[in-house]
Amino acid sequence: MKPMLEIRGLTKTFPTRSAFGRATGEVKAVANVSFAIERGQVYGLAGESGSGKSTIARMIMGLTRPTSGSILIDGQDIAGQIGTRAHGARVQMVFQNPGASLNPRRTVAQSIAVPLVAHGFPRADQPRRISELLDMVQLQRAFAQRYPHELSGGQKQRVAIARALAVAPRLLVLDEPTSALDVSVQARVMDLLTDLGRALDLTFLFISHDLSLMRNFAQRVGILYLGEIVETGETPAVFEHPLHDYTRLLLASVPVISAEEEAMRPIIPLIDGEIPTAEKLLALRGQTQGKVTP
Amino acid sequence: MTDIPLTNAYQNWYRFSRNPTAMIGLVIVVICVLAAILAPYITPFPDHVGAVTNFRARHLPPSAVNWFGTDNVGRDIFTRVIFGLRISLLLAVVVLGIAIPVGTILGMAAGYFGGWTEIVIMRVTDVALAIPPLVMALAVAAVLSPDLLHSMLAIASLWWTWHTRMIYSITRQLRTQEFIEAAETLGASKFHILFREILPNCVSAIAVKTSLDCGFVILVGAALSFLGLGIQPPTPDLGTMVAQGASFLPDYWWESVLPGSAILFLALGFNLLGDGLRDLFDVEDVR
Repeated sequence: MKPMLEIRGLTKTFPTRSAFGRATGEVKAVANVSFAIERGQVYGLAGESGSGKSTIARMIMGLTRPTSGSILIDGQDIAGQIGTRAHGARVQMVFQNPGASLNPRRTVAQSIAVPLVAHGFPRADQPRRISELLDMVQLQRAFAQRYPHELSGGQKQRVAIARALAVAPRLLVLDEPTSALDVSVQARVMDLLTDLGRALDLTFLFISHDLSLMRNFAQRVGILYLGEIVETGETPAVFEHPLHDYTRLLLASVPVISAEEEAMRPIIPLIDGEIPTAEKLLALRGQTQGKVTP
Repeated sequence: MTDIPLTNAYQNWYRFSRNPTAMIGLVIVVICVLAAILAPYITPFPDHVGAVTNFRARHLPPSAVNWFGTDNVGRDIFTRVIFGLRISLLLAVVVLGIAIPVGTILGMAAGYFGGWTEIVIMRVTDVALAIPPLVMALAVAAVLSPDLLHSMLAIASLWWTWHTRMIYSITRQLRTQEFIEAAETLGASKFHILFREILPNCVSAIAVKTSLDCGFVILVGAALSFLGLGIQPPTPDLGTMVAQGASFLPDYWWESVLPGSAILFLALGFNLLGDGLRDLFDVEDVR
């Protein structure tokens, strides 16, 4: 069976320019990334900000053109289909910040109707479909007439999920869907996504820097470091036996609350939120040799 | 509609009504607009609008009969000022009725599409901005005959540039917002993005700008008439009346000072209202 999403050798470079607009070099945001997601699976893409996660999501959605490499959805290359209905009907995206991804001047119903109108959904059936979608994301139908500022963060993200599901895509790209939300709300949104995935036979590409969420949600993960996937595999394997220094570092940065969790995590001196250079990683390896679990 | 937008409208009105200068502005504007609309019914001598003469009543000072006095042919100045408001307001409505749609559409197109669209629109705008509206109006009036229609066209032919620049800068900020990208990934048309996603976010800035602009347009229109390039006598226009009365200063001061005060009053009302709306909507892009 063909994978739902297959990415082959995807690369994106951005030119850097001097103050006079002369090209001085280039930044590799994404470098030769390849992975595949089987139908119905959840694939987690983890990495810090600046590691190229969002650039990959934007290329899948057609918001950014890849420099080289190909993206296949359900076996078909998307290169010629950017911006078409066929592309939009197969893949949709839930953005990071629901406060910014909903137009503040438009009601919930108007926002959800955007994909319906764009995909030629009959006007007479729209109110029924909007109610159906609100039911799906467990929001009361009365919310249809509200404006985003009248909703909580979790409610807004549910609206964004309903909007992404409006034209029944098979693949959903979740770009940090819960990072703008309160912790107590995160779990409820993730539960909702899990349920929807099962009920609608959805495939997810779940992008996050939150490894504890990823551990619960994704079947396979890829660790992205400076635009490259440095480690990939089944979630339990990667999390219990991290092979790459950067993966260990990421795991060590996850805050823990219980003693058992504390015992499970690798002990590595934390660094300050910047993406570590290869030299720093090697230096860390020297310091922590022998201490790293198991 | 449901009750929720109404609640917002009520809250906005409450905040607006707590702002004394904004309320003064609103009251002035409402009084002027009502007076202009009802001019034939509320003025003491509606027939003095035309070329009426009454030489026995020339240059009468303000009194209980002639509140603003009479002019050099004996017409009631109060009546002519009220009718003059009609011309000033009509000028503002027509000029802004042309400038706002043109400026908004060009500004949104330049800000959203970027590239050559942006370069062409914004450079033309910059060139047009460099010409003072009064100079343009003088040139148009010199080529065509001076009358109301021509002064409206002359002012409107430059006024859209301010709106283009404002809407352009707002659109540039909106274009990178996630909700615009979300609309793109959802397959929304360009038309939808411009008019349904971007335009609603410009409305409050347009409202503030419109109110402030009404005052400016009225001043420019009055300046044109004062120079004899706008509305021609005997049609009562505030600028023309100031010009005519100026030759009788200082003895018959009311003939120029009182119509001039009416211009000031009207422009002040729109400016106070605009400032109040700016505080209410909290928009920064409006000059």
